[in-house]
Amino acid sequence: MAVAERRAERLELIWAERPGVLGWLTTTDHKRVGLLYFWATLVLFGAGGVEALLMRTQLATANERLVSPNTYDELFTVHGITMIFFFIIPMTTGAFGNYLLPLVLGARDMAFPRMNALSFWIFAASGIFLYTSLALGVAPNAGWFDYVPLASRAYDPGSNIDFYCLALIFNGIASTLTAANFIVTILKLRAPGMSFNRMPLFAFAMLAAAFGLLFALPSLSADTLFLFLDRRLGMHFFDVAQGGSALLWQHLFWIFGHPEVYILIVPAFGIATSIIPAFTQRKLVAFPLVAIAELLVVFIGFGVWAHHMFATGMPTVTLVFFAAASAAVVIPSTIQVFAWCMTILTGSATFRTPLLFIAGFILFFVVGGLTGIMFVAIPFDQQVTDTYFVVAHFHYIIFGAAVFPIFGGMYYWFPKVTGRMYLERPGQISFWLIFAGTNLLFFPMHIVGLLGMTRRDYTYPGGLGWAPYNFAETVGGFVTLAGILLLLGNLVVSYRRGEPAPPDPWHGGTLEWTVPSPPPGYNFAVIPTVASAYPNWDAPSGGLALDRDHEQTVTSAADGRLVAIARMPHESPWPIVLALCVSLVFVALVIGKFALAGICCALCALALLGWHSAEPEEAS
Amino acid sequence: MPRARLVTPLVFVLALAGCGTQQNALAPESHPARDIASLWWWMLGAAVLGVGLIAGLLLLAWIRRGRRGIGRDTLGPKPGERASTAVVLGLGVAMPLALIAALFVISDMFVIRTTQAPAATRTTMTVQVIGHQWYWEVRYPGTPAVTADEIHIPVRTPVVLQATTDDVIHSVWVPRLNRKIDTIPGQRNEILLEADAAGDYRGQCAEFCGLQHAHMAMIVVAEPRAAFRRWLAANAKPARTVSTALAHRGEQLFMDGACQSCHTIRGTSATGTAGPDLTHVASRATLAAVTIRNDPRSLAEWIRDPQHVKPGNKMPDLPLTSAQVNALVAYLDALR
Repeated sequence: MAVAERRAERLELIWAERPGVLGWLTTTDHKRVGLLYFWATLVLFGAGGVEALLMRTQLATANERLVSPNTYDELFTVHGITMIFFFIIPMTTGAFGNYLLPLVLGARDMAFPRMNALSFWIFAASGIFLYTSLALGVAPNAGWFDYVPLASRAYDPGSNIDFYCLALIFNGIASTLTAANFIVTILKLRAPGMSFNRMPLFAFAMLAAAFGLLFALPSLSADTLFLFLDRRLGMHFFDVAQGGSALLWQHLFWIFGHPEVYILIVPAFGIATSIIPAFTQRKLVAFPLVAIAELLVVFIGFGVWAHHMFATGMPTVTLVFFAAASAAVVIPSTIQVFAWCMTILTGSATFRTPLLFIAGFILFFVVGGLTGIMFVAIPFDQQVTDTYFVVAHFHYIIFGAAVFPIFGGMYYWFPKVTGRMYLERPGQISFWLIFAGTNLLFFPMHIVGLLGMTRRDYTYPGGLGWAPYNFAETVGGFVTLAGILLLLGNLVVSYRRGEPAPPDPWHGGTLEWTVPSPPPGYNFAVIPTVASAYPNWDAPSGGLALDRDHEQTVTSAADGRLVAIARMPHESPWPIVLALCVSLVFVALVIGKFALAGICCALCALALLGWHSAEPEEAS
Repeated sequence: MPRARLVTPLVFVLALAGCGTQQNALAPESHPARDIASLWWWMLGAAVLGVGLIAGLLLLAWIRRGRRGIGRDTLGPKPGERASTAVVLGLGVAMPLALIAALFVISDMFVIRTTQAPAATRTTMTVQVIGHQWYWEVRYPGTPAVTADEIHIPVRTPVVLQATTDDVIHSVWVPRLNRKIDTIPGQRNEILLEADAAGDYRGQCAEFCGLQHAHMAMIVVAEPRAAFRRWLAANAKPARTVSTALAHRGEQLFMDGACQSCHTIRGTSATGTAGPDLTHVASRATLAAVTIRNDPRSLAEWIRDPQHVKPGNKMPDLPLTSAQVNALVAYLDALR
């Protein structure tokens, strides 16, 4: 025991970071970066939610004039951008992924801790950048899909769309850094013995999402860059009169945009496959099939983009090809749904709040998935596309299938992160409120869409039978709000007064439950050796005491053999400095001062030099 | 084609019945829209079964909660694994594969054909619909007829609808008659337009096209062939000459003022193209893309303050006296 205590003390000293605010600004600890992401994305989730409720209030009755047409356009555009790029992706990857991946893999940090901090600061700056446009009254207003020529300078002469282009490129830098970091971490920093087939499904999901981001984002960045060049430098990528193509925008956008949907929900699958075994005390049914399905869903997701464009007049052969691909993507999804259900059914289920959210998630995913399959039917797709039917469909997927697991995950890992237990009864009430609220919010949208209500309308006439459904949706929106406030209230109260949490309150199967709650800066005093996909359940084995320096094991990508010990970098001010310099580049670009942008690029280079002047020594 | 036998009970269950509404995709009035609606009812039936299956599994798990499951084993191999995997492969792979293959064949090989633009051998009738921010220009090739926001077609006649745009992307959608088609710059898209019964069918722009996307509707007027021919002949003519003094004053104002720089009235000196053709504006039921009724009072309100009625639309608020507005209304109201 004395040995273990002395080791913990020594590691505490080695892994300690600066206290106070300065410590948060220079931190490279994946847990603190994860928490920064968590708080930042929560704030942005609030902003996106307020935008949604403003829209719902406007639509509660026919011919309402609460907000102006332009304000409404800004609201739905910024709502979409916020929820996708500034809430769900950074919440699932930035917050959950960063905090949990090293703990689940048996590592002490991410592979590139400073790059991790950099991705957070760039993300935060891009969020401020986007919301500055809203404060200045020039927020993006052509929809998150931003179709040209509506988004071209001729039809949108303000700087609204310039903010759109630059904010997405800006935000894309952060996501790319996160994705690269995740891939290397998952491939190289797994605990010794954690061969690919013993990797937890959470890590498979994060790996799939990271590969998705890495390969999908370039298409969006190119697209938005082309648009920026068209708008600001008079180029003609999308200018039909000069030989450009309006559909090129849509192709490049959806080549990113559809994989994006899977990037949003695959991490949620990872959260679900973490919670289900813990609350059923049963290993996941058909584990290898589910692992392959998680990867496959993202892979096939790259081949279905044109089903967003069925009404654009493409040749029938093209339509049919993409319909077939869209049909194929269903199979990996149904495999997972039945694997989750069979695990819950054949295990010993305890429906605590996290599992309730996962059950809700499964139902939402099935409803949204089934309406999604309907889009394989091209004529039906062309009937309902751009109506509220589609709005209903993707909110069942995005709110139900991506956000429900986020909420479930908040409860599930709350004891691990805070060292306190949440309150169970209010937790369950928050689930039922959110479940009832979101169904009331989104289900009538199916009906009103079939009744002919189109999307992105700031108002609608009475007499078409749409008003009662819209009113119900608005009520559902506020019920959902009440549930979310109860959830957050529960977490705040529990953080202050909750019962102290043991290291492993749920008897979970993965490695994060083997360390104290909250985990120390070095995570694992002894680097565990892993012999199964549920190392906390199956024969816990010894490990590797690594307590002499700021060190981390490196293993081989496929079979998890120990190949090296790497010295990890310490906390650093350079990530935030570099992020600041990058922000200046974007500010200069949006105000059209290209020379200034060049100077700011030089500043970025200097910051990179500073960064590399403080390299950790070569690995031993 | 699967016909909607399921329709009646399901309408009842979901209270989706909407015969009184004018833009309801589930109240089809043409064979393509009916095929698509049947497709929907069949898919809905299958989807309800699918949700029921999953909800049933979860409910069963909830009823059995807390009990020791067959697999309450966190150590070693997973009990019941083989049977569970068989369920996953059977219900998660084989069943969806079969169902989706059937859906694919029916919808993407058969229904898609019955709803696309008819071959040139099947019809001689073409209507050109041109999207503008924010109204529809409607032309009848082979005749000088031009109108706005109202597409007249003969009933029970397959019509090729050619959709193009003058500015941004719009989407022509009349849900009771057929699926929608986008108007893409530099492209001429076609779709079948056909109505089985005479009547007015409301449609709307379905692709976000800017500030007044919400007020960019249209009416398809399907009428008996003889009535349609009369309408087309009347609309092909130039504008009639007006008789009253007030209307004359209005005409004068129109031709000397700002109006003619944006609007065309065939047979006069007004040849603007920024706004809708007004040659027979009084024969239309609505104004400003089905935003307001076309009666003298609404028309006066529109001319006086178009930016209040439809904020952001391209028609400016003009400094007109009441007398001038009245004269303009008298003139336009005479253009039958």
